[in-house]
Amino acid sequence: MDIWSLPRSRLGELIALLRARGYDVVGPTPRDGAIVYDSIESDAELPVGLGDEQSPGQYRVVPRDDGAVFGFAAGPGSFKRAFHVPEERLYRVQREGKTLRFVPEPVAPRKVALLGARGCDLSALRVLDRVLEGDRYRDERYAARRSEVLLIAVHCGSPSSTCFCSSMGTGPRAGGPWDLALTELTSGEHRFVVETGSPIGLALVRELGLLTASTLDKIHAAKVPVVAAQRITRRLEADGLGARLAKNLDHPRFAQVAERCLACANCTQVCPTCFCTTIEDFTDLDGAGAERRRRWDSCFNPEFSYIHGGPVRPSTRARYRQWMTHKLSSWHEQFGSSGCVGCGRCITWCPVGIDITEEARAIASAGTSEKAT
Amino acid sequence: MNPESLARSLAQHPFCKDLTQGQNEFLAGCAKNARYEAGEYLVREGSLAESLFLVRAGSVAIESHIPGKGAVKVDTLAPGDILGWSVLLPPFRWHLDARALEPTLVFALDANCLRGKVQADHGFGYAFTLRLLAAASERLTHARLQQLDVYKAELG
Amino acid sequence: MTDALLLESMEITRVRHETRDTFTFDLDARPRGGFRFAPGQFNMLYAFGLGEVPISISGDPLKPAVLTHTIRAVGPTTRGLEALKKGDGVGVRGPFGTPWPVDEAQGKDVIVVAGGIGLAPLRPAIYSMLSRRQAFGKLCIAYGARTPADILYEKEIERWRGRIDVDLEVTVDRGDPDWRGHTGVVTKLLRRFELTPESTVALLCGPEVMMRFASRELEGLGVPSARIYVSMERNMKCGVGSCGHCQLGPSFVCKDGPVYPLTKAEPLMGIREL
Repeated sequence: MDIWSLPRSRLGELIALLRARGYDVVGPTPRDGAIVYDSIESDAELPVGLGDEQSPGQYRVVPRDDGAVFGFAAGPGSFKRAFHVPEERLYRVQREGKTLRFVPEPVAPRKVALLGARGCDLSALRVLDRVLEGDRYRDERYAARRSEVLLIAVHCGSPSSTCFCSSMGTGPRAGGPWDLALTELTSGEHRFVVETGSPIGLALVRELGLLTASTLDKIHAAKVPVVAAQRITRRLEADGLGARLAKNLDHPRFAQVAERCLACANCTQVCPTCFCTTIEDFTDLDGAGAERRRRWDSCFNPEFSYIHGGPVRPSTRARYRQWMTHKLSSWHEQFGSSGCVGCGRCITWCPVGIDITEEARAIASAGTSEKAT
Repeated sequence: MNPESLARSLAQHPFCKDLTQGQNEFLAGCAKNARYEAGEYLVREGSLAESLFLVRAGSVAIESHIPGKGAVKVDTLAPGDILGWSVLLPPFRWHLDARALEPTLVFALDANCLRGKVQADHGFGYAFTLRLLAAASERLTHARLQQLDVYKAELG
Repeated sequence: MTDALLLESMEITRVRHETRDTFTFDLDARPRGGFRFAPGQFNMLYAFGLGEVPISISGDPLKPAVLTHTIRAVGPTTRGLEALKKGDGVGVRGPFGTPWPVDEAQGKDVIVVAGGIGLAPLRPAIYSMLSRRQAFGKLCIAYGARTPADILYEKEIERWRGRIDVDLEVTVDRGDPDWRGHTGVVTKLLRRFELTPESTVALLCGPEVMMRFASRELEGLGVPSARIYVSMERNMKCGVGSCGHCQLGPSFVCKDGPVYPLTKAEPLMGIREL
């Protein structure tokens, strides 16, 4: 497989080519003091020369002096929004005499190119695919939106302090499948080393008429995720973690973390794999029609577990435990993998800086003696 | 019923299960058969606890009289059940009414006789008290579940 | 392509008021060619503009032309359903969830333990067993209600009680002066049945605490816990394990339940606020 070189000055051509081929290009863009993913029309909308500083409970966009385009880590938004949308109408309900008619809201067909997907982003999409497409149930709306997606990955060179992808096996190098994978090199001439992973990817490279990358650039590019991995200090010991957490559901640490947790649901909103939804009902003012809308929900909301009589999980302790053990433990039994990809968003965006890696370590450690037997 | 056949039929009652033959005969020395017609009271609240009853057939309601509400049933007893651990416990008085709901057959074990036997033979006393405790524990467990009122509608 | 979230409209053909707060709907399933389900499964029912609620199917699985649900009006949506009349349309989707192990119970004694509205999800299993009564050993039914006025399906219960091949006992937590039957909790009825415990299958449905007490009682009588089945309640919303609401530990009650063997449910019931 050949490896190619894309000058920074020609990145806009890639975006234009994708758009010409009918793709809605969804990539990173600065907005409201953060770098998020949204539809972009040109490379001018990318976060050029912007990076970020992240720590538990802290996020700040900062300028970079190297003009990097992908020089930031995971922001508050994830690609989840493009497929598992935050809020949508499922169907309209019309009264026809005494009977009801349910009219499904169509999903507009859309070709999407994800530009700049990191290893954690791609892993998160695979996790969501398994939940919403790969299990006994298939979410037709998700499947329709996900049906024509081109993946342009970026091997991450700019992890933040809250990242822990290396211990989750999801990055910083972006695991395939992807159509194209870019590595950004800013020293000397600003350029991207481009790998192709599919016939479509190769066709794009051909159409752009890219030259093959030099041997030196290939070496430089290979080093980028390796150096990034060395900068990642946060770890989650994922091996056997699920079973150990499941044995420690009454660990006192859950009560301790609940004293800090605000049950604000930020972690579930920024998590790229949290998939819970609720359906809400609305009636037209004239009473003749109604609609049912689906929106993201969160296991931190008290009414999330409501049954006749009251919520099953009234305490923050139980709700934090549900979120954390679902992600790290029961997800394995439900969907055959961890629900965590190590992107660190929940740590950064927690207003009180609760660190899932720290909590999991404390709670799982009580069970380690059993592992030795 | 002659003493032998009384002892034999007493031994069939679940309360007496696994008593030795000797213990069973010992206990039979305090027992007599009794029959209550529907509506007849076996015991009345406040009166002296003179017998422990082992229900053989029929059914018995445990009731309390609440002014304005009449007799409120809190439990019903069926064959195999016992009535009356008050016989061993001071002040030896009944806390509730017990009334036959249909023709009911019981073994009535005389309270004074029982107290005497329990004192006289602690081996027997232990076996007897353990049965009483088991019955009391079961009754208490059921009463607690009943108190939880689990079918109540929580309107939302 | 079938969308599990899409409702269909079905017409109410009959409404019966069971108790003060509980009613039964028959829906006409003939226009859709019948509604097939297994005893123990549930549907999502939609009241126009108000929302959906998970309701167990309480009718006869051998009569697919009629789809029956027994509903307790305790919240806005169930009260909205209560307000509907014969001829009105209801949104329905399903059936969802795991069934009672009626086939596994063949050749064995069966004890059905129902508490409150928990009799409704068990009724299809009772119908199913009665339709081939000779395939089972003893059939015992223990039903506990709050008061005599809360007893569901009264006439039907009397019919079952009248059968010589059914042992049925009803008890109420609180009797009234006219009540001639048992008073006390349903668990105390269990040892009165003459079962062969080691080859008995037990089907339990009612409030979780009642099922915990009853399963302990059955285990005490010698019924193997692997043959005790319980029907769990959690906040079912989507019915297909994709909305996340009904999780109980690693399982989704809507698709991995609601019927579980006690061996699976007991560890989950034992953890508070799971």
